[in-house]
Amino acid sequence: MKMFKISASALAIAAAATAADARDQVQITGSSTVLPYATIVAEAFGENFDFPTPVVEGGGSGAGRKKLCEGVGENTVDIANSSSRISQADLDLCAANGVGEIMEVRFGYDGIVFASDVNGPEFAFTPGHIYNALAAEVLKDGAIVANPHTTWAEVDPAFAAQDILVFVPGTKHGTREVFDQKVIIAGCEETGAMEAFKAANNGDEDAAEAACMKLRTDGRSIDIDGDYTETLQRVDADKNGIGVFGLSFYQNNTDKLRVATMGGVVPSTETIAAGDYPVSRPLYFYVKKAHIGVIPGLKEYVEFFLSDDMAGPNGPLAAYGLVSDPELAATQAAVAAETPMGPLN
Amino acid sequence: MTDLSASLPVAKPKNSILTGSDQMRRRNAAEFRFRLYGLAAISVSMAVLAIMLWTIFSDGVSAFKQAKISFPLTFSSEILDPAGNGDRAEMTKVTTVGYARLLTTAFRAELQARGISTEGLSDKEINDMLSKHAPGVLRAEVLGNTAILDTTRTVEVLAAGRIDGYLKGRVTRETAERDGQVTPGMLDLADRLTEAGMLRSAFNFDFLTNSDASDQRPEAAGLGVAILGSAYMMLLVVLICVPVGVATSIYLEEFAPKNRLTDVIEVNISNLAAVPSIVFGILGLAVFINFAKFPQSSPLVGALVLSLMTLPTIIIATRAAIRAVPPSIRDAALGVGASKMQTVFHHVLPLAAPGILTGTILGLASALGETAPLLLIGMVAYVDNYPGAPIEGFLDPATALPVQVYSWASRSDPAFIERSSGAIIVLLGFLVVMNVTAIILRRKFERRW
Repeated sequence: MKMFKISASALAIAAAATAADARDQVQITGSSTVLPYATIVAEAFGENFDFPTPVVEGGGSGAGRKKLCEGVGENTVDIANSSSRISQADLDLCAANGVGEIMEVRFGYDGIVFASDVNGPEFAFTPGHIYNALAAEVLKDGAIVANPHTTWAEVDPAFAAQDILVFVPGTKHGTREVFDQKVIIAGCEETGAMEAFKAANNGDEDAAEAACMKLRTDGRSIDIDGDYTETLQRVDADKNGIGVFGLSFYQNNTDKLRVATMGGVVPSTETIAAGDYPVSRPLYFYVKKAHIGVIPGLKEYVEFFLSDDMAGPNGPLAAYGLVSDPELAATQAAVAAETPMGPLN
Repeated sequence: MTDLSASLPVAKPKNSILTGSDQMRRRNAAEFRFRLYGLAAISVSMAVLAIMLWTIFSDGVSAFKQAKISFPLTFSSEILDPAGNGDRAEMTKVTTVGYARLLTTAFRAELQARGISTEGLSDKEINDMLSKHAPGVLRAEVLGNTAILDTTRTVEVLAAGRIDGYLKGRVTRETAERDGQVTPGMLDLADRLTEAGMLRSAFNFDFLTNSDASDQRPEAAGLGVAILGSAYMMLLVVLICVPVGVATSIYLEEFAPKNRLTDVIEVNISNLAAVPSIVFGILGLAVFINFAKFPQSSPLVGALVLSLMTLPTIIIATRAAIRAVPPSIRDAALGVGASKMQTVFHHVLPLAAPGILTGTILGLASALGETAPLLLIGMVAYVDNYPGAPIEGFLDPATALPVQVYSWASRSDPAFIERSSGAIIVLLGFLVVMNVTAIILRRKFERRW
């Protein structure tokens, strides 16, 4: 009986405390690609400011943006990290839930690299190679056929006769979107398959793109729904495998992985910043404007994140693998003025 | 009797039971085979367990050792207190960048003073020997006690993750050549530092007390917040589950009429015990966070969710324990004039207590290892600040032990694999302690009739 009273009173006190006690740390959620960057900033923020360290969650870009748009109030998140741009559907959801103005912050770029076992042969890819190796249907001798390639040598005689096996990020990842756009679609156009698909679909571009993005399902292209550590383990287990990684992940595991060039360019923060390496994407986070001034430290965190000490080319984020944004100064000014984002164009 | 036996025809046995028939040989052989199957089953499961423990321990034991570098440091007020008035507010303007400079300058000066060769190494390479965590620790210490300004003492700071990995054999000269974060020259310097006694590897208490760290400083990551979060949750789970579970069980066993309704309740309790835990997480998000407005990532919400999950287990165990108390005890109590409630609380409950306790501990042990429901309520996160003291601390963000295992396993730096296995060892330690307690309690207090 006594236990009853204790637990009942504990719950009552807890409930009362929730009402009285305002949340004093920033809550961040979203993309697992942005997670390490946000963690590095949060850690340094906690060390250098008198505010508590923000709490950073992973879980995926889409899920994070949905959480951001759940509503306004202390039990909703303040910032959503995202490795792709917010969609109109998200903005509509935000509007429906009364989340008025949102600040869009682009803080840098992230490269996507193809890497294989460190002791394996070297590869110099073009998007066309990847397309010919992985697509469900490819253009061969002027006709669209089901993908006949089984080794890399069949794709391009310059490559080693190694079995084709590529670990591709699963469809729930933001990385997959970039992979589809910048590698598969680009490769589809490069090999001329796009034209063939368009002709087959009476000039319908959307249908042609959809046909391009269909990957083979005979076990040579494998979707990885986990994170890069899983891809690394798969490459470790099958030395024929080639994995798709984020640049920062590769840079932390250079002793195990050999990176492939794309279009003759070695991926690095420099080549991505110069725009030479083709497979990269912007990284964003979205800030709920209604929480600025309510949640202590929110604006300070955002400004600290974008400061040259953090997101600049010589900051710790760049050291970890972020390609810093050449237009960082403009973003800093927009954040200082708390400019909300306009409609998507 | 003698008549009867005499009148029956005496069938001479074909075989003596001592020689054994074909049938008996077959039966014996079948039994022998069955024993072998059993042994094989046990050896397979033991082998799997042994392999699992071996991989965890071989990967994880090294997490309990940590390389540290010690050198004398002067807390120069020139750098740390440019205003020169010892005012804490003024001193907070010096960021960790300033402290990092102080540390690396002192480190390089000591190398020079001791005549340790740094030939062929850039300043950056030498600076990178020290953990990026060190300046933050130093800053917190100075701001906490400004009196140490301008004093000199030997500080012991964490070595960088790769140097730590070198002492543990994870990083070799061969991997260092391909590694962007360490060079073979730095490993040579590490050898010279070990010789000079500046670099040493010692037991890593910080692993149990430090909070989580970012991907750039795996050497500083610890389980402090996770252990505290798990402890808070277990405490709350006990406070919630034991009263509710015991009251439910007593009512259902001793007071409730046996009818359609109680049957439905019973079936539902058994069903709840089999519901996947992630479902409770979804429920927790909808009810406790979105509806009741409890704060995200808090041990309170985690405990409520885990309680929902643990309750059926505890109810089932408690009911079994109450049922095991023989009716004669109840009859005797009722017979001398005790009321039903007196019977239950003076006689049945004390006798059932060991069983209830065992069931509760086992339920808690499974709740301790649960991650899936915590994923949805925001506890799978990077949390750097320790939650406060109870009761407000129940509402501060925290993580839990299994969550830390999960999030470290997905980090990019290979040093986190070791941390992750180390966290598993700690978690296993807690589970073993809980399960052993359950067995000891059962042995000690259980009564059989």
